[in-house]
Amino acid sequence: MQKPSKNTIIYTTLAIIFLIIAQSFFDDYTVRILNNIAIFIILATSYNLINGITGQFSLEPNGFVAIGAYVTALVLLTPEMKMDSFQLEDPHPIIMAINLSLIPALLLSGVIAAGVALMLAYPVFRVRGDYLAIVTLGFGFIIKVIAINSPAWTNGAIGLNDIPSLINLYWTGGIAIITVIILLNIIYSKYGRAMKAVRDDEDAAAAIGVNTMKIKTYAFGTSAFFEGVGGGLLAILLTTISPDLFQFFLTFQLLIIIVLGGLGSMTGAIIGTFLVIGGSEWLRFLDANINLFGFDFGAHPGLRMVVFSIILIIVMLFAREGLMGKKELSDIFKRKVK
Amino acid sequence: MILEIKNISKSFGGVHAISNTTFAVKKKQIYGIIGPNGAGKTTMFNIITGNYKPTNGEVFLDGTNITNLKNYKIVHCGIARTFQSIRLFKTMTVLENLMIGMDHDIKYTYLESIFRLPRFNKEEQKSHQFATEILKNLSLLEFKDQLATSLSYGNQRRVEIARALATQPKILLLDEPAAGMNHSETAQLATLLQKIRDDYDITILLIEHDMKFVNHLCDKVLVLDYGKAIFEGHISDAIKNKDVISAYLGDKKYA
Repeated sequence: MQKPSKNTIIYTTLAIIFLIIAQSFFDDYTVRILNNIAIFIILATSYNLINGITGQFSLEPNGFVAIGAYVTALVLLTPEMKMDSFQLEDPHPIIMAINLSLIPALLLSGVIAAGVALMLAYPVFRVRGDYLAIVTLGFGFIIKVIAINSPAWTNGAIGLNDIPSLINLYWTGGIAIITVIILLNIIYSKYGRAMKAVRDDEDAAAAIGVNTMKIKTYAFGTSAFFEGVGGGLLAILLTTISPDLFQFFLTFQLLIIIVLGGLGSMTGAIIGTFLVIGGSEWLRFLDANINLFGFDFGAHPGLRMVVFSIILIIVMLFAREGLMGKKELSDIFKRKVK
Repeated sequence: MILEIKNISKSFGGVHAISNTTFAVKKKQIYGIIGPNGAGKTTMFNIITGNYKPTNGEVFLDGTNITNLKNYKIVHCGIARTFQSIRLFKTMTVLENLMIGMDHDIKYTYLESIFRLPRFNKEEQKSHQFATEILKNLSLLEFKDQLATSLSYGNQRRVEIARALATQPKILLLDEPAAGMNHSETAQLATLLQKIRDDYDITILLIEHDMKFVNHLCDKVLVLDYGKAIFEGHISDAIKNKDVISAYLGDKKYA
């Protein structure tokens, strides 16, 4: 095993110290938001691998997140709880048989999501650009329809309740850190280079020997794996899931995050997650009663989203390529030397 | 014969871009394909590199039939190309551009890169060294860490050639390498190509409109007109050939 670089050690240590402090001293509300942020870091960075690094504009993550959430939930629920909650039809024997603990459950979520991605890759990557976006968009809808219409597997539109709440910041934050490290290791290898080559000029990449289909499939599968894991964590954070939870809006939110942070920058995706997920929470005071200079303006529910959108527009006007462009944290320090 | 093109035809719908063309290139030759615009020169390149499948005919590299291989596999077999318009990877440095070309030679798996196993470092270092060597040979070393697209036009062309060389080809296909260059740059390019041929022991097949450049460099030329080969031989004979003259300038009777 290669020795990790100094920067990796410093950033990882800082992140771990932050996690320990947050879990021990912060109040429940803040911890819950931080959990949410950690999960969205996993989702956004892995989405960035296929969308930003490989440049394949796809809109499928809500489908993979749904798969991951359902797999984790179904595997974590004990057989008795399943008998209780499945009301439309008796659960399928396979579902009754499997019962795992958290880590195997999350891994299984990732593996199944990645497996679906691999099957999907061949037909999907026959098209490029806008067409790819539409084809992958369809996938999210298909997953939702399947979830609603197979009550023996998913309990249909009712969804699953009482998923054990095993969440804490060490799980979410720890997995987020591991995800980012793995993704960075991929990006700074020949595979990452090939992914960027596909983004820059797919035909030229093929013309100098890159198997572009294989590279896109790798990126897609990896991205799906972590989206599945993130979906599993989302299930234990929310403890209740239903097909309606994984609408296109989820993908849209992730898209905002990575475009805001900079398509192709993992640092950007992380900053974007803090701004979008954290920001929309911190702006909640705008929805409450507003009292300025002694005047009572009353409550305007929805004002939060208006202000939030305006902030997004302003950021995008001044940073066309997103906050970080395609740069990572380490690039900023390095480029100064020249 | 390192490259043999046998009875190649290609039609796009009713348009016969190439009809029944046969030619062969010897090892270490610099072979030129010339002809008026729309004669099918670039189509021929696209067939050799596997971007188009020919309607008819076969392509042999070193005796093996490569006609139906995918384009990236043909690169692994030993044919590398550059494009008529420069197509470098714009978000990458010069060195990274070269290392994309070596993708096939860098031997570690996806999992080895994720967990940074020992082979990762060894292979990365090896390829880094090899790419640096090519850059040194093409006197591009000083631009190593600059963005490829920030270089001057002439240097970008050289990087494209360097990137093709990084795939360790047996044959290098250059699509109008001297396009847009001035006289001194063209002369430099000619010297460079001769040096590459000798240093790397490779065969060069090129499309070019600059006749002085072709005359100076090519051992043999093929003249295409409307998808048909109308002449094959030395350039000095080509310019005396009646068919070639009428292809470029039209028939006497219309003059």
